[in-house]
Amino acid sequence: MNLLNISGSPHVHSDESTKKIMWRVNLALVPALIVAITFFGVNALLVSLISVASCVLFQWLIEKFILKQPTTVWDGSAIVTGLLLAFNVPATVDMMWIVVIGALVAIGIAKMAFGGLGKNPFNPAIVGRIFLLISFPVQMTTWPKPGFTMSFDAATGATPLGAFKEGALPADVTLMDAFLGHIGGSMGEISAIAILLGAIYLLCRKIITWHIPVAFIGTAFVFSGILWLVNPETYMDPVMTIFTGGIMLGACFMATDMVTSPMAKSGQLIFGFGCGLLTIVIRNWGAYPEGVSFAILIMNGVTPLLNRWCKPKRFAV
Amino acid sequence: MKTFRMGGVHPEENKISNDAAIEVMPVGKQMVVLMNQHLGAPATPIVQKGDKVKVGQLIGEAQTFMCANVHSPVSGTVLKIDTCKDAFGLAKPAVYINVEGDEWMETIDRTPDIKRECALEPKEIVAKLKEMGIVGLGGATFPTHIKYSVPEGKKAEYLIVNAAECEPYLTSDYRVMMEHAEEVCVGVSILRKALGVPNAYIGIESNKPQAIAKMQETAKQFEGIIIEPLKVKYPQGAEKQLINAITGRKVGSGKLPIDSGCVVSNVGSCFAVYEAIQKNKPLIENILTVTGKELPSQHNYVVRIGTTYNEIIAHSIGQLPETTGKVISGGTMMGKAVVNLEAPTVKGNSSILVMGEKEARRNPESNCIRCGKCMHACPMGLEPYLFSALVKNNRIEEAKEHNILDCIECGCCFFSCPANKPLTDEIRLGKNKVRAMMAAKK
Amino acid sequence: MTHDILIAVMVLGALGILFAVVLYFVAQKFKVVEDPLIDEVAEVLPGANCGGCGKAGCRAFAEACVSQGNMEGLRCAPGGDAVAAKISALLGCAVEQGEPQVAVVRCNPANCGDKRRSNYDGLKSCAFQNTVYTGESGCPFGCLGCGDCVAACQFDAIHMDPATGTPVVDADKCTACGACAKACPRRVIELRNKGKKERRVYVSCVNKEKGAVAMKSCANACIGCGKCAKVCPMEAITVVDNLSYIDYKKCIACRKCVTECPTKAIHDVGFPAPAVKPAPKPEAPAAEKVEIPVAEKVEAKL
Repeated sequence: MNLLNISGSPHVHSDESTKKIMWRVNLALVPALIVAITFFGVNALLVSLISVASCVLFQWLIEKFILKQPTTVWDGSAIVTGLLLAFNVPATVDMMWIVVIGALVAIGIAKMAFGGLGKNPFNPAIVGRIFLLISFPVQMTTWPKPGFTMSFDAATGATPLGAFKEGALPADVTLMDAFLGHIGGSMGEISAIAILLGAIYLLCRKIITWHIPVAFIGTAFVFSGILWLVNPETYMDPVMTIFTGGIMLGACFMATDMVTSPMAKSGQLIFGFGCGLLTIVIRNWGAYPEGVSFAILIMNGVTPLLNRWCKPKRFAV
Repeated sequence: MKTFRMGGVHPEENKISNDAAIEVMPVGKQMVVLMNQHLGAPATPIVQKGDKVKVGQLIGEAQTFMCANVHSPVSGTVLKIDTCKDAFGLAKPAVYINVEGDEWMETIDRTPDIKRECALEPKEIVAKLKEMGIVGLGGATFPTHIKYSVPEGKKAEYLIVNAAECEPYLTSDYRVMMEHAEEVCVGVSILRKALGVPNAYIGIESNKPQAIAKMQETAKQFEGIIIEPLKVKYPQGAEKQLINAITGRKVGSGKLPIDSGCVVSNVGSCFAVYEAIQKNKPLIENILTVTGKELPSQHNYVVRIGTTYNEIIAHSIGQLPETTGKVISGGTMMGKAVVNLEAPTVKGNSSILVMGEKEARRNPESNCIRCGKCMHACPMGLEPYLFSALVKNNRIEEAKEHNILDCIECGCCFFSCPANKPLTDEIRLGKNKVRAMMAAKK
Repeated sequence: MTHDILIAVMVLGALGILFAVVLYFVAQKFKVVEDPLIDEVAEVLPGANCGGCGKAGCRAFAEACVSQGNMEGLRCAPGGDAVAAKISALLGCAVEQGEPQVAVVRCNPANCGDKRRSNYDGLKSCAFQNTVYTGESGCPFGCLGCGDCVAACQFDAIHMDPATGTPVVDADKCTACGACAKACPRRVIELRNKGKKERRVYVSCVNKEKGAVAMKSCANACIGCGKCAKVCPMEAITVVDNLSYIDYKKCIACRKCVTECPTKAIHDVGFPAPAVKPAPKPEAPAAEKVEIPVAEKVEAKL
């Protein structure tokens, strides 16, 4: 007979694991990826593949040769980062090499430098995206026009937000377009319905809770609504606000990143509120047309503080 | 359906020995009776080498406050008074008895008739519980007579009987309810009288509909016994959670149930109380489940205390399967892993649970991903991930400030952790360190 | 343009001067008067903050030295005599000499592997494992092998031997600060004198069970037979609770007990390798000459 195992209780474990969580997040990102490929064609597919591959490769290289520890690439977290990074860039030919730099920053600086999965204070994909946005402003804001094409040279156009910042919303963009994804923008953020589909899956799997997305989108809706009521000329209407740009993607996938968001439910509500508020502030009064990634990055920084303030309600007081 | 207000998990129930009726385990050739089978100081042996003892004779006397009497489970001759290694390999004072025949004390009523009336006064009941060495059979083995001696200035308002059996695999309480419902109800009535409370509530998880029906039917014949079906959620049977589920009250940090006017007893203890008060039978037997997915058959036994694990295994299933990875005394969530199968069973042992090799192994630990699942699973509203970090860095003072001592060690945090971090182990270590720190300060 | 620059420079310059003046007065007002000797003493200390002296850190030790005015009862184990001499010189008091010590792991791992009864699968912490059960070997007194001592060591002087699962002390690095001894929940590690020429003899067992019981979990356990105490010419060995203990202050490292011990529980360290025994013959008579009289003495006593 074998030696008896001895440990403290409990002796059973639920079938949850980090690996399962990460692969489920990957699965939840698939609808948005399909929409991206449908609208931006082969470029979107190639950018995603390159981004994911370079994230995985960088993590493997760093673990193997710098940290000299067993590799953890199979837990799927590098793939999540890779997909989210790809979703945050326009699907253009230039991106095929730029995104590799983004992956290096995301994995090397934002994640592994802090000790790997679970120890990074900021969402790696967002750090990567912001690095690229500041370093390659032209390429990062050259948006391909949506429409399926096998060709690499797609026509370029503007995003609804970019156009609005310049003057007014293009007349041909309807709410339905934004909902389905027939608008310009970063490849993963265009279709609200694909993102919501993934988010519902994550909610059912109890990987995310409703607190952050609802607080984020709700705050953005209410705040932009107030502004719109004050002056519908200068401010975008609230429904269009939440369906364009990165709010949906950010609220459902980026802000809900477990590692960089607060743990207590009250903390998550504050976190979501802060994200929504900052997004609208940056969109309306900032230099950039879009503020989701900056908003989430700032709130990531506040997370340790929120974890300290927002404690769960104790049973026995 | 009632339940406690926060946290909790739902492990696989695995009540596979539900339908196995209680069998009687034969008595072995030699019995080793440990002197501390309960929470507190060991009892003092009052027999000597060569003494003849009968079944139910007092052999270990409680000489301190936090202690319980120990009686001989067999008749025969005292071989020696020595130490014996318990199930975890630690030496404990013990009385070795060579079994000769099966001669019971004359005072013990061995007839199968059920005796309902109890003429004793509350104080006499408590004194008799002490004499009979009754301890809580829910796992903590807290001496029952201490629990029912309500201190001055405090008043019991609720008697709560724990029949939730929220632990996976265990079925001994279920079998007791199915086979001894009437005795249990008499026991509950006696305890109700001892406390002087109007009503007793028996909490049963809803995954035992037959037991609920049976108890409800039986309870009709008794005054003041109310059956409360409870939602299936672990740790429903933990004292503080059960009180919360049934009464809605909360037991404060560092407080006892009696501070909230509640007294909680296990359903198995109620059966033992019935036997002790009505039949004069001391606590010399356990009702014990032998179960496990890998075992050829599932059993429930009534076992004399002092029978060794090996004897029980040999009688029930012959020998442990080749693939055995772990033997647990108690359930999977709070039971203890046994290392020494030659050890005798003690009061409160409710199961021998055999786990397969694969099931028993813990998965490798990885980084905390701060998902907060441990926090949401914690029925006490604590932050296990934080304790883990604080204990690792030896920040014991802060762990205390974050109420690490509130932890009931139910294991929900480790159960739900996707990174397989041994959170419950770390918290236990932290609690020990906090207690050591507090003792050093005094 | 120049005008703007000039204004900026002037404003910043004025601010700088203003703050400097404020800082100067604040520093004067809140000046902490501290004995400069403390700094000097702290400078001499190793600065590892190991806590082996019982103080909160090196600086607290320096403060204690200075406030006391001498080194009585104060010893920095990592620094040893050299540091003690330096501090004494600074304080102007007599040098306190202490025997150099080293941490000794009193557990014999040689046979543990065979006697392993279980496989510990919980939190890797000796302090926790100690609360769960006896440990993998079944010995309720011996080393648990999770390495709390290794984690406690500030000097990288104690390491797990992967072959045996017990810690090994690097005597050259060990400063005898005692952190490992404190971390061990079973008090297996003891600080003992390094001994002349670094030669020491000790009982490598802390099991207090009766001989037969102890032997069940470890073939090299001390069974408390007392043979070592009988052969010891210096009466350095006492047997309490079935466990023999060698007083390092009395021991002369004659190694009689080592050969006498039936379970090989007594270890000798720092002696020339056993290769001496079968090798050159010419030395053998010399060795006999030394040994015979002592043996006779012991027999005479009996």
